[in-house]
Amino acid sequence: MSKFSMNDHISKKLEKSLTEQDLADAGRLPDVLTEEQIAALPASLFSRRAYSEEEAERTGYSDYSYWRSTIRAFFKNKAAVCMLLLAMSLVLFSVIQPYLPGQYDPNFINNDPETGMQIINQQPGGQFILGTNAIGQDFWARLWAGTRTSMFLGLTVAAIQTVIGIALGMIWGYLRSVDVFFTELYNVVTNIPSTIILILASYVLKPGIWTMVFAMCVTGWLGVAQYIRTQVMIIRDRDFNMASRCLGTPLDRIIMKNLLPHIVSVIMLRMALAIPSAIGSEVFMTYIGLGLPIETPSLGNLVNAGRGMLMSPSLRYQLIYPAIVLSVITVCFYMVGNAFGDAADPKNHL
Amino acid sequence: MLKYCLKRIMRACISLVIVIAVVFCLLRLMPIDSYFPNLDDMTEIQLYNAKEKLGLNDPVPVQLGNFYQQLLRGDLGLSNKYRVDYPITKILAKKAPVSIKFGLMAMGISLPLGLLLGVLMARNRNGILDRVGTGYVVLMQAVPAAVYYLMVQIYGSDWTGLNILYKTGVPSSIILPVVSLALPSIAWYAMWLRRYMVDEENKDYIRMARAKGVPQRAIGFNHVFRNAIVPLIHGIPSSLLLTISGSIYVESLYSIPGMGGLLVEVIKMQDNSMVQALVIVYAALGIIGLLMGDILMAVVDPRISLTKKEGAR
Repeated sequence: MSKFSMNDHISKKLEKSLTEQDLADAGRLPDVLTEEQIAALPASLFSRRAYSEEEAERTGYSDYSYWRSTIRAFFKNKAAVCMLLLAMSLVLFSVIQPYLPGQYDPNFINNDPETGMQIINQQPGGQFILGTNAIGQDFWARLWAGTRTSMFLGLTVAAIQTVIGIALGMIWGYLRSVDVFFTELYNVVTNIPSTIILILASYVLKPGIWTMVFAMCVTGWLGVAQYIRTQVMIIRDRDFNMASRCLGTPLDRIIMKNLLPHIVSVIMLRMALAIPSAIGSEVFMTYIGLGLPIETPSLGNLVNAGRGMLMSPSLRYQLIYPAIVLSVITVCFYMVGNAFGDAADPKNHL
Repeated sequence: MLKYCLKRIMRACISLVIVIAVVFCLLRLMPIDSYFPNLDDMTEIQLYNAKEKLGLNDPVPVQLGNFYQQLLRGDLGLSNKYRVDYPITKILAKKAPVSIKFGLMAMGISLPLGLLLGVLMARNRNGILDRVGTGYVVLMQAVPAAVYYLMVQIYGSDWTGLNILYKTGVPSSIILPVVSLALPSIAWYAMWLRRYMVDEENKDYIRMARAKGVPQRAIGFNHVFRNAIVPLIHGIPSSLLLTISGSIYVESLYSIPGMGGLLVEVIKMQDNSMVQALVIVYAALGIIGLLMGDILMAVVDPRISLTKKEGAR
């Protein structure tokens, strides 16, 4: 998408920078100056420079740096930068929240000191920032604990999928003998809906966070590996890589400079998109009763518990707040991932 | 072409056989108490007899072989908790039409709307409509389905006064579930159609056509749209077939007596044979849908038919 919008953007910018006067001048003045005009130019405008061999050699050299260009391209996208900041502050806050003063334990059931009864379904504000839930647990603490769990799940799944995917994808691409095996495996596994794999794994194993990580990673790495394999196979025999090899470039440099820039954009994109999809899968699994146990607050658990409050409008905050946090996190990661994927694509660098 | 189809069908069959074997073996690994609610009261002999009745005493490969034979006869086994000793195929036969009805209605809405939105977005690229549409697509893609389904349910029923749950015989209670089902598919169709159209518009032959003076409208329909729609056709058999399995979320949210809600219900009841049957049906539908999509692609792709007709040139 932005492959094209980038070019549009630049041509628009150029158009804007040319004023009406410039355009009129361009039509009026000839491009080439005549002899008299050159002679009439004041000499003070020019100065002579000493000949330097070093400077003369510099022609044609560009100080292109992959990562600098990537970061520059990313920071041009203001919306994505805002999203990144928002996502980072949410993650950061969810981590430091338990250490702030006056926080409750997410699983502690608060009792009224006078009556000894549980403080159930108290409205937000007052003693509890976001009120309490149906059994008197502090909702604010549960919300952030849930965010922590979901973020942990998303990041872990993304990291595991990417690491296994890259490692096996490289092997798949380089070793021709294992190609048939992996390709057939890929063809069979991609035929099966991923929801089914998730449901089956969680149904057979004991529910818990590591079951969920396992269920999401068990086939998730194949997509990454398949992409890496294709890239490795394409780039391995490309002319520029052949030239590098002929010139005696060491393997680590080939990987870092020739291979990685082509792959990193998609790795980043996949990682960033794996986070919202893992969080979404957790919500789904919890919803169908195969998710995390209720003692582990997660955004899925909270949304699921909040669903029970659907019928009483005054208690809907227990659904709305986790839903908002969930949406903000997933949208942020999705947007940042897309923006970074675009920025990391060398085709979009100038 | 024929060779490709045969190869593709073979692959689908192998996938199916493997999936069935994996599902079957995994469920045999589960503790047996989920088969017998009163396990603690049973004596050894009673347990042995009960297991014998279910065929659980044979070694797993033998059980698997029997299960394949049973499947070939079109028998998915008996339910053991949902409705005790009732044939699963009969339960499914009753549930599937409900899901199909909802699925088809949602598809009937989302396909035209999604394609329309996609075309409009591609037409005024970077315009206001494109931005709004992209925002909608991002929202549908990134936010977990549970969230917006719940929002549709809450605010849809609040603002319009429609029933919050599905009731048989009340036609207006169909609206909210169908809207929920259609929302993500509209985004899906619009997103891909826009992307393919934009890609197509930047190709050289389009520039050539424009240079020749072909009217914009003719380029848009005859070249851009027709080529961009081809990859989308790939997904249509899958979507059609998967209407049978229904949406797990939407059906249980609105308590629609369809296939999707059934899966959630039997998982909660730990009815192993039902879970096994449903998972296999779901996987089979997914596999067959992809297979049909691949074959349909090979059939409809204009480039393939073109080379056939004018191959002599």
